[in-house]
Amino acid sequence: MYAQMIKSTGQGVKSLDEMEPQERAFQERIDANGKIEPKDWMPDGYRKNLIRQIGQHAHSEIVGQLPEGNWITRAPTLERKAILLAKVQDEAGHGLYLYCAAETLGITRDEMFEALHEGRMKYSSIFNYPTLTWADMGAVGWLVDGAAIMNQVPLQRTSYGPYARAMVRICKEESFHQRQGFDIMMKMCNGTDAQKKMAQDALNRFWYPSLMMFGPSDKDSVHSAQSMAWKIKMNTNDELRQKFVDQTVPQAEYLGLTVPDETLKWNDEKGGYDFAEPDWNEFFDVLSGNGPCNHDRLETRKQAWEDGAWVRDGMLAHAAKKRAAKMAAE
Amino acid sequence: MTQPKRTGEWPLFEVFIRGQHGLSHRHVGSLHAPDAEMAIKNARDVYTRRNEGVSIWVVEAEAIHASAPGDKEALYDPANDKVYRHPTFFDVPDEVGHM
Repeated sequence: MYAQMIKSTGQGVKSLDEMEPQERAFQERIDANGKIEPKDWMPDGYRKNLIRQIGQHAHSEIVGQLPEGNWITRAPTLERKAILLAKVQDEAGHGLYLYCAAETLGITRDEMFEALHEGRMKYSSIFNYPTLTWADMGAVGWLVDGAAIMNQVPLQRTSYGPYARAMVRICKEESFHQRQGFDIMMKMCNGTDAQKKMAQDALNRFWYPSLMMFGPSDKDSVHSAQSMAWKIKMNTNDELRQKFVDQTVPQAEYLGLTVPDETLKWNDEKGGYDFAEPDWNEFFDVLSGNGPCNHDRLETRKQAWEDGAWVRDGMLAHAAKKRAAKMAAE
Repeated sequence: MTQPKRTGEWPLFEVFIRGQHGLSHRHVGSLHAPDAEMAIKNARDVYTRRNEGVSIWVVEAEAIHASAPGDKEALYDPANDKVYRHPTFFDVPDEVGHM
């Protein structure tokens, strides 16, 4: 998802009997759906995993602005432009809520930025695909934000208080993102043949990358089992992917678009669709830096940070000057 | 919540917002800003994009003092055995009506 391939630092899941009293009390609190707050005792693994997971999620929100920011100046109407601008501003906000949540665990935002810029922290694979046409703005909102919501709604119940609270705010705002995307798709599907073709092309390109957002199957993964015991992961990747497909296929049908999967078929027995897995080699390749836009995204992000340095420094200097003037006057 | 200070890093502020309906200011999150004035401006953009509030407080995170999680029992247990502090402890006969 926005935090893909987070490997836990725990050594597999311990039973309550194997834990020292402190860790046992911690786990029992989580088992009883209690919240862990910043100053509470927590195992090192829990803290480290959360920093990686929340940090990666935050980076995804920030880098996720880039494929859409690309279209702000090219939106077809003033209204669409204003809507897209508001959506991209929301993504910046979501990144900030999440950096704050991660900072309560003892890392600073600037340290996380450095880790992102140096490639030590990742962001979601989905943002390494290009947005080639206006219909891609529709597909991104509908599919990418749709997949994100699938993952984020259960995380509102995650065990770490600041993370859960950030997620509540984010979920409230995210459904506007998905709807505006679907609205773009509806408009295009009711438009000219060329527009409808463009919408189909966007679905063709974003379908499998969207399925990849949930990460590879993790039903047998010890890392996932640990994260689920800690309630920083609430569902398996496969569960969420299935839910996403079941929800999205009827929406594609409504639009009159064809999901690019010949094997896609309703399975009465499981009450869900059977569908083709994405190409996981492509996923690992994109995640390790070889996607179509990895280089471009990271360079743009670093450039923005470096170009903003004089503003950050200037404002600190100005604040110091004002403080000194105020003290002199007192 | 105190952060290790590094050079060039903007300080952390905690943000409190009063909602529309006359309730108290409530903690909504935190943000970085060079000073309090900018913190209020940033809080407006980060935390009130949808009319969430009518008033903003910002406080430097360093200035907040909090109770320790370990003191929970000492602080709150004494309230547990004083059920008579709640009105439902007392039976009011039906004949008396609403009280």
